[in-house]
Amino acid sequence: MDQFLQHLANALIMGGTYALLGIGLTLIFGIMRIVNFTHGELYAFGAYMMYFFAVVLGMNFYVAIAFAICAGMVLGAAIEYLLLRSKRGADIDTTMLIMIGAWIVLQNTEILIWGSVAKSINSPFPIEPLTLGPVSLSSVRVFVLIVALALIAATYVLINRTKLGKAMRATFQDSSTAALMGINTSAIYTTTFGLGSALAAAAGALLGPVFVVAPAMGDLASLKAFAIVILGGLGNITGAAFGGFILAFAEEMGASYISSGYRDAMGFLIIIIVLLFRPTGLFARSERVG
Amino acid sequence: MSRIFPLLVLAFFLSVPLWLTDQYYLHTLVVCGIFMLAAMSLNLLLGYTGQLSLGHVAFFGIGAYVSALTSLGFNVSIFGYQITHEPWPPVIGVVLGGAAAGLCGYLIGKLAFRVRGAYFVIVTVSFAEVTRLIALNWIELTNGPLALPGIPPLTLGFEPIGYATLWSKGANYYVVLTFIVITYIIIKRLIDSPYGRAMIALRENEILATSVGISVTRYLVLAAVFAGTIAGVSGTLYAHYIQIIDPMIFMFLNTVTMVIMVITGGKGTLAGPVVGGLIFGVAPVILRNYVGPEVQWILYGALMILIVFVLPEGIVPAIERWFSRATAKSAELAMEPGKGARS
Repeated sequence: MDQFLQHLANALIMGGTYALLGIGLTLIFGIMRIVNFTHGELYAFGAYMMYFFAVVLGMNFYVAIAFAICAGMVLGAAIEYLLLRSKRGADIDTTMLIMIGAWIVLQNTEILIWGSVAKSINSPFPIEPLTLGPVSLSSVRVFVLIVALALIAATYVLINRTKLGKAMRATFQDSSTAALMGINTSAIYTTTFGLGSALAAAAGALLGPVFVVAPAMGDLASLKAFAIVILGGLGNITGAAFGGFILAFAEEMGASYISSGYRDAMGFLIIIIVLLFRPTGLFARSERVG
Repeated sequence: MSRIFPLLVLAFFLSVPLWLTDQYYLHTLVVCGIFMLAAMSLNLLLGYTGQLSLGHVAFFGIGAYVSALTSLGFNVSIFGYQITHEPWPPVIGVVLGGAAAGLCGYLIGKLAFRVRGAYFVIVTVSFAEVTRLIALNWIELTNGPLALPGIPPLTLGFEPIGYATLWSKGANYYVVLTFIVITYIIIKRLIDSPYGRAMIALRENEILATSVGISVTRYLVLAAVFAGTIAGVSGTLYAHYIQIIDPMIFMFLNTVTMVIMVITGGKGTLAGPVVGGLIFGVAPVILRNYVGPEVQWILYGALMILIVFVLPEGIVPAIERWFSRATAKSAELAMEPGKGARS
């Protein structure tokens, strides 16, 4: 039981960052219908920017996180503006090929600049774990969870309570009607992509100090983010938040009770099972698939 | 002209081992041919049925592993039962590898075509990742990251003639070339048949095609089985040629290589994957003299984006259009009496 509680705590902490990744992608995938293969790369980019600001430039840890998130937003918006804007309305395959190309370019640029050796970022938190009954957690992980939850809440408020969020939801429901109502859908698309990318970069910047920063970290992150989006339902932010925690829980349980080698397989099994049996996601809204 | 041209190309490629003595270049061509074969099968899904299957490397890898294990033998216990397999000849491995990949094509086709578009892509990518993780973690069977070394090369022959083991690069070159020609003919026959026309109809307008009685699942599954089998066979050729395989074979970048080959050459054309395959099979050899692998991949990625923007149909349709325009122009000139006579 104690062990189970520990796994549950670990899953809770990973789940926060997974939720960030998933929410970022569900915005992009849901609103723009773009199979965004660069999402995981933005996650890696966030981690590298964290390394750049905190280690190379020696900035304050918290300021570096904020800068890394902003850098992710700028890069995301730039990708949308340069590569996707002129391909609005193109079929899904076309944009997907562009995104795969962009993903390869980004990842190999990272290898070119930083090398393929993993980098580590020191956090200002004490190494002694926090103990809570049978559960012990490192303080940097608790910090990661708190920031992630704060960002999730901020995104939720942005989408549901602000005018910009309303415009984004309107574009998601029906982009041509939204355009007729005077919403600049083109700007909404760029904003959405930037926002989604910023969330991915935030996940990377937060997890960089917990794990290490390596160029290949983005590969699985993209696919895990897809798993979360599918689990939660397309464009469903609450669903993606829960989806992140469910995926983290499934991975933690799979790793500890089946085999640690199959930790990463859980996401793919979830994708396949959910799409076959409940393609609208567990938190279904009336969204048609395919 | 259009009948002689393929024969000329074939004659050229038949002559290559006779004058190309550099073993490294020959090796490059063999590997290039194997990937070209896989790209041709991907073209069936990507080009003719319009389904972007991004898990294609799974078929390739399954073929490679099944064939390697068939010819190496294995000894595993599943749920307490001990299963021992004695090594069989590699040729049987090729057949079984192709069949296993074809079966996976059937299952993936049956399951995945229930979901379409973006979701189909994600299911196929997930499938490939699951196969990679199994190859990595089922160490008893696959040796995991330590790779499966010492895979025997193909042995061909019949009882009265005698057997020949294909150790040399030249011999492997001819085997791969033979498979490419056979596959080309099979795909051509398939596309020219009513089945192929049904597939293209589904790509062009699914609702209309369904309304005239074309069963979506049936034809898409058929295409997936063909594509899976061919990709599986190309994987078996790879295993017996390289003689060592590891889970890296399932890397997503290998799928990307195949996709780049198809879209550069021209998806939905017979010659597209061949042309694209040649370009991307030979380009690394030239590029590696100048730049590192990262820059090479950056160039690939940039080229992929560029092609979508500049040449969305690919090279082969562009050349065809240019060629037909050129011939139409010269025919026009010939038709006009004054100009035609003078020139």
